[in-house]
Amino acid sequence: MSWSTLTEPFAFEFFRNGLVVATVAGALCGLVGVYVVLRGMSYIGHGLSHSIFGGAVASSVAGINVLAGAAVWGFASALLISAVTRRRAIGGDAAIGVITTAAFAVGVALISLRRGYSQSFDALLFGNVLGVERSDVVVVSLVAVGALVVVFLGYRQLLFTTFDPEVAQTSGLSTARVDAVFALVLAMSIIATMRVLGVTLIAATLVVPPVIARMLTNSFSRMLVLSTAIGAGCGFVGMYASFHLDVASGASIVLTGAALFVVVFAATGATARRRLGHVHV
Amino acid sequence: MTAPLVSLDRVTHAYAGPPVLSDVTLSVAPGEFLGVVGPSGSGKSTLLRVLAGALQPTAGSVTRLRGSISYVPQVDTVNWDFPVTVDEVVTMARTSGRWLPWSSRAERDEVAGVLERLGLGGLGRRHIRELSGGQQQRVFIARALLQRADLLLLDEPTSGVDVRTRHDVLHLLDDLHADGLAIVLTTHDLNGIAAHLPRLVCLNRSVVADGAPREVISADVLERTYGARMEVIEHAGMPVVFEGHRPHTVQHGADVVALRRTAP
Repeated sequence: MSWSTLTEPFAFEFFRNGLVVATVAGALCGLVGVYVVLRGMSYIGHGLSHSIFGGAVASSVAGINVLAGAAVWGFASALLISAVTRRRAIGGDAAIGVITTAAFAVGVALISLRRGYSQSFDALLFGNVLGVERSDVVVVSLVAVGALVVVFLGYRQLLFTTFDPEVAQTSGLSTARVDAVFALVLAMSIIATMRVLGVTLIAATLVVPPVIARMLTNSFSRMLVLSTAIGAGCGFVGMYASFHLDVASGASIVLTGAALFVVVFAATGATARRRLGHVHV
Repeated sequence: MTAPLVSLDRVTHAYAGPPVLSDVTLSVAPGEFLGVVGPSGSGKSTLLRVLAGALQPTAGSVTRLRGSISYVPQVDTVNWDFPVTVDEVVTMARTSGRWLPWSSRAERDEVAGVLERLGLGGLGRRHIRELSGGQQQRVFIARALLQRADLLLLDEPTSGVDVRTRHDVLHLLDDLHADGLAIVLTTHDLNGIAAHLPRLVCLNRSVVADGAPREVISADVLERTYGARMEVIEHAGMPVVFEGHRPHTVQHGADVVALRRTAP
């Protein structure tokens, strides 16, 4: 493969935008994913991304801003899941299954009613570098900076409520407020990254980098840094590979992460298996 | 009279079903060292969680007059696979007054001092799973101490540890009590722990007895608490409890005591 072939994609503005978005989105999901995995919320990440898809489609059909509509829909879904889980004698996973698949089904139903929309929502489902615009670079970057600020300023509160929520509450910490802020950050992260990663694959980008990082360290702070770096690396390499292999960017990024997981798992052996003993994926 | 740090007035708590705690009235004064004993399911952990503020009673009232409370849960409830080092566990309790993720120099010195005092010096960078049972328990006590609380609540701090570790933990708690810290702990160990504490509460959903061990530990009270007859003898001025057939020796604190049959 010649040098010109390797550098060819950088000649296209859409690719440069896509590469930046994929790298930042990967870092963002890697950062937020640490809390998702350690809180045992992997299924929420999966369900929320599907729910947000329904919100995006409904917003588009209603003629309102897709990002704003999806944000409200996603946050409302997260709060609804929480409320149903608390008030009814059903498990959180069942509540997520009902609410998020119903919200996803609304999006699918609306698309099938308006067939002309199907093409434009393919990118939301599976991720597509061609769909990335300059505005996406700005949105993903702003959300990433926002998430970084929340994690930086709320580092101890988030760690305490993730590790030991009951003691955190008895120590005077408002765990409900910390959980609500985290739900908002998670919803915003999914919304900002779904165009490049695809809602069907976002859950993997939230889970794979932290799991790889967990195999490499026993320290929470180092896991945060490693997971963010691994997410960014997988985003960069996956996006670059998607151009040459001509596959959807979301799938390419997830497969890059999966390949790295296999390599690290094989290299760290029994240590990795012990560390992953109770990681909820 | 000194005002209590926390007091329960006719507190009842139920999760879903019959009450786990019923009509409990109890107060803890500054500097007290109080043990709570009772069978499994008697409401010991629920009582601690109500005292700590983790649970709101379904009836009755809780008054926390002053001071802060630190709660050390049972080590069985800790996720030992969570990626945290000893330093990270101890400093996570400092959630106010500092917005930066990393510790200040003064805070690092304070953490090192607490760890040193608890015999954990040099272990700050170890993962919590890499410690012995007694060291793991002390990490969570260190976190509670760093909160500078007036009352320390410990849920079965010596469960699942060997005799030596149990003594280490008890000596540590005794030192902390001597420094003025009020302590409430739950335990299943009547001879090794409960009999040595200044005040004992026998609990079986409601308070069966409350007082000094010599007053509280009697065959009658224990039968009402545990629903089974136990024998109580006195050794060196302290009650010794055993159930079923009377053995030739019994563990009593750090000693193995030879028992002589006495007239009924």
